[in-house]
Amino acid sequence: MSSADQAAAPAAKPSERLTSAVIRFAGDSGDGMQLAGTQFTDTSALFGNDVATLPDFPAEIRAPAGTVAGVSGFQINFASEDIHTPGDAVNALIAMNPAALKAHLCDVEPGGLVVVNESEFDKVGLRKAKYPEGYNPLDDEQINTSYQLLRVPITRLNSEALTESGMGAKDIGRCKNMYALGIVYWLYGRPLDTTIQFLENYFIKKKNKPEVAQANIAALKSGYYFGETAEIFPTRYEISRAEIAPGTYRKITGNDALAMGLVAASQLSGKELVYCSYPITPASSILHSLSAQKHYGIKTFQAEDEIAACCAAIGVSFAGRIGVTGTSGPGLALKAEAMGLAAITELPLVVINVQRGGPSTGLPTKTEQADLLQAMYGRNSDCPVVILAPSTPGDCFEIGIEAVRIALTHMTPVVILTDGYLANGAEPWPIPDVDAIEPIEVKHATDPETYQPYERNEDSVRPWAIPGTPGTEHRIGGLEKQHITGNVSYDYENHQLMTLLRHEKINKIADHIPPLEPYGDADAELLVLGWGGPCGTIYTAVERARAEGRKVAGAHLRHISPMPRNLATVLSRYPRVLIPEINMGQLRSMIRAKFLIDARGINKVQGRPFLVQEVSMAIEKMLDGSWGDAEMYMPRGGQLILPEPWND
Amino acid sequence: MISPNTKDTPLAVLKAKDFASDQDVRWCPGCGDYAILKQTQKVLADLAARRENTVFVAGIGCSSRFPYYMSTYGFHTIHGRGPAIASGVKIANPELDVWLVTGDGDGLSIGGNHLMHVLRRNLDLNIMLFNNRIYGLTKGQYSPTSETGKKTPSTPLGSLDRPLAPLSIALAAEATFVARSVDIDKNLTDVLTAAAKHHGTSFVEIYQDCNVFNHEAFAHATGRKGLEKEENLLRLEAGKPMVFGKNRDRGIRMSGTKLEVVELVDGVTEDDLLVHDPTDRNLAFMLARMSYPEFPEAVGVLFESECATYEDLVTQQVEMAKAKRPNATLRDLLHAGETFTVEP
Repeated sequence: MSSADQAAAPAAKPSERLTSAVIRFAGDSGDGMQLAGTQFTDTSALFGNDVATLPDFPAEIRAPAGTVAGVSGFQINFASEDIHTPGDAVNALIAMNPAALKAHLCDVEPGGLVVVNESEFDKVGLRKAKYPEGYNPLDDEQINTSYQLLRVPITRLNSEALTESGMGAKDIGRCKNMYALGIVYWLYGRPLDTTIQFLENYFIKKKNKPEVAQANIAALKSGYYFGETAEIFPTRYEISRAEIAPGTYRKITGNDALAMGLVAASQLSGKELVYCSYPITPASSILHSLSAQKHYGIKTFQAEDEIAACCAAIGVSFAGRIGVTGTSGPGLALKAEAMGLAAITELPLVVINVQRGGPSTGLPTKTEQADLLQAMYGRNSDCPVVILAPSTPGDCFEIGIEAVRIALTHMTPVVILTDGYLANGAEPWPIPDVDAIEPIEVKHATDPETYQPYERNEDSVRPWAIPGTPGTEHRIGGLEKQHITGNVSYDYENHQLMTLLRHEKINKIADHIPPLEPYGDADAELLVLGWGGPCGTIYTAVERARAEGRKVAGAHLRHISPMPRNLATVLSRYPRVLIPEINMGQLRSMIRAKFLIDARGINKVQGRPFLVQEVSMAIEKMLDGSWGDAEMYMPRGGQLILPEPWND
Repeated sequence: MISPNTKDTPLAVLKAKDFASDQDVRWCPGCGDYAILKQTQKVLADLAARRENTVFVAGIGCSSRFPYYMSTYGFHTIHGRGPAIASGVKIANPELDVWLVTGDGDGLSIGGNHLMHVLRRNLDLNIMLFNNRIYGLTKGQYSPTSETGKKTPSTPLGSLDRPLAPLSIALAAEATFVARSVDIDKNLTDVLTAAAKHHGTSFVEIYQDCNVFNHEAFAHATGRKGLEKEENLLRLEAGKPMVFGKNRDRGIRMSGTKLEVVELVDGVTEDDLLVHDPTDRNLAFMLARMSYPEFPEAVGVLFESECATYEDLVTQQVEMAKAKRPNATLRDLLHAGETFTVEP
């Protein structure tokens, strides 16, 4: 009997039908929680659910085992309906040790399911998690009455299941994430095939360790059978396939989508792409993805630092190829001077910034979108660049292509502002038809008779002549350029003209981008305007408010510099504007300054995305008149509060 | 290495002046840079380099204005980052002949990190480091090669830093070609020619006189201020004993693990002297450390070795990957891994 048959077999126990569920795996960094979570996501996506994920891991590779600092979590929202966020409250938590319970219990909904690995709740484990001496949360009456607490000695059961495996105790211990996954698969009626296939591929084909594959599969199945036979689970849950549009899908994270977008851009333009980067969380996986795409002619260059990575990408563009560099916040700060060089030499350049919590090193593995003003203004002098922001993991693919298209055809640096949440979060992605994507056409100047390095076309774009072309030899650099000839010029009126031309060139790109299209009610009282990661949450909150009869509209700003031509008109249509951001109000300040409107903000900087209910509360507050004069509110403890330092 | 012309059309015969741009050269009158510019233009003409295929990259500083005065492609970049830009150019298009012009401040101070890494990667490009032991463009502050105790506007009581030796840095960074010359010395042409022909990164330190802020810093090597340069320069030739002096009456000998200067008298002959072996990195390191007035300073090619270039290896990896998966399409990429289809 195959595992798929088992899963499909009618459950002997009562089962409850749900439209969606949010589960979270939590354990020590070494417990394989990211793997368990990813496997559950793959299985659910292939099963036909809509999924959205939120991996959450510590910045340290291995903080001391068993400590709260070392807890790694992975949250999955999976549903039979259309979803846009990884979910607010956790319906089921799988806590592999006392520290994981301590760190994550607060996010579980009242009455939610909490499966704990009872084996680890011994004196040593409790002490490492810094519970008070003599206290065991499993015996806490309040916890037992607030949640459905299920004790499963996962470590012991897993060891017993694998006694015959011939492996050492340490290796057996490593399989316990699969045992836990097996239990969860049973709880939610998931088939085991996807994970079995993965384990076989990974451990047999890649690592040539068939015994490890067998042990992991045995652990997975044992966990599954435990759910079936043990009498401790009151119920099973069923979540049917989602009704999603016909087409071929795959699960995708933002960073993978962005890497694929860049490969696509290289193919669509017929130009070699060189990705120059310095390892930094959470951008490194783009470098990893692209370095595995050499068969598409992609070259990657791991530079000695962030500055070198940006400069090398500029060198690539000067040589007539596609220069791309990728980083996160602190790296963008280092690239600033080089980006100014690309701006004054008017060379194509794509700069990816996967934003994370800051300032300085900040929260390397946590999400934030607080580099907007840095991207916009973080260079010396007047130095406009293009800024694009994807709104979903899948959108990162489109943004990758669009960034290259704009950079090559408008001879400018383009910054892509993605974030840790989009980068690591996953969703099912309808694979686009590649033949339907418009090619990127690039013309190089080749005529020595007419070539002038800083002459401009109708879009104020200078011609691109590349080394190797006879007769168009020219010199460019960081010194101010004379209009048309490109020779060094210190003339004061020329500098004003060139400053204007650099602005005009960026502004004219607005003629080539689509207008902003709000969704929701045309006669809405309130527009909720978002950019980047929060767009899914904003969409969900707006739709919920509308379902409750409120007049609300929403919009996602993908083009931040230049902004869509119709933005002023759109903003003027709504009496009130709310801008939720994972920063202290950066887009809000730009919108207020540019359009002189009283936009308000909800601003959360906790390294985590918005909960839908937080945006819903803000919408409610804006509509019922209780908002008052405050420019912004921040969420805290289920409330919106004015942004003053905590007073308790 | 100067890349050969692979086009069917024969090359136009270019003279040195054909490599000069139409821009006025704006270095101070009497600056050592003029001599280096002229020599470089001559070397390119002699090697039948193609203007369209040649790229001069520079950082910031007096030396780094160099690209503006060449009729080739040129990129005057930002302070210290020339090596990174040049690397990008060469990785993107290995066919180009790339030259990098830098100075002691640009290359060893703000750009020290990049210099080290471009050298160890061994991209096929030619680095000329103009060493004048001073910051000229910013009006005379001490540089990383200035002697300790130097009094400048930023060090009125004398600088406290110990100077760097550029050639030692290059050798330690695994450079595959290390040479030295002097702005007005006749051997600059030979050194630049050898550097241009080297397949890999060539590093040439050029003693350059800043006649405004550090005039005659290298008088010992140029023979000015009444000094005799041949007494202070060791002209290296592969396979030849290390003889120097106006009358060729002195030489360099090993004494234990150190070098020493000996007079060729009292039975000491050329047979006792060290023979220059440019493939010996340890010897090159010792030669690089010889400094005036204790020793004559080595000029010529100190070290040269063959090693695969970075851009060739990058290209090879791409070609190998392409050969393994010759027909990969964009569709394959997007559909790689687990997919599922929702039927209408």
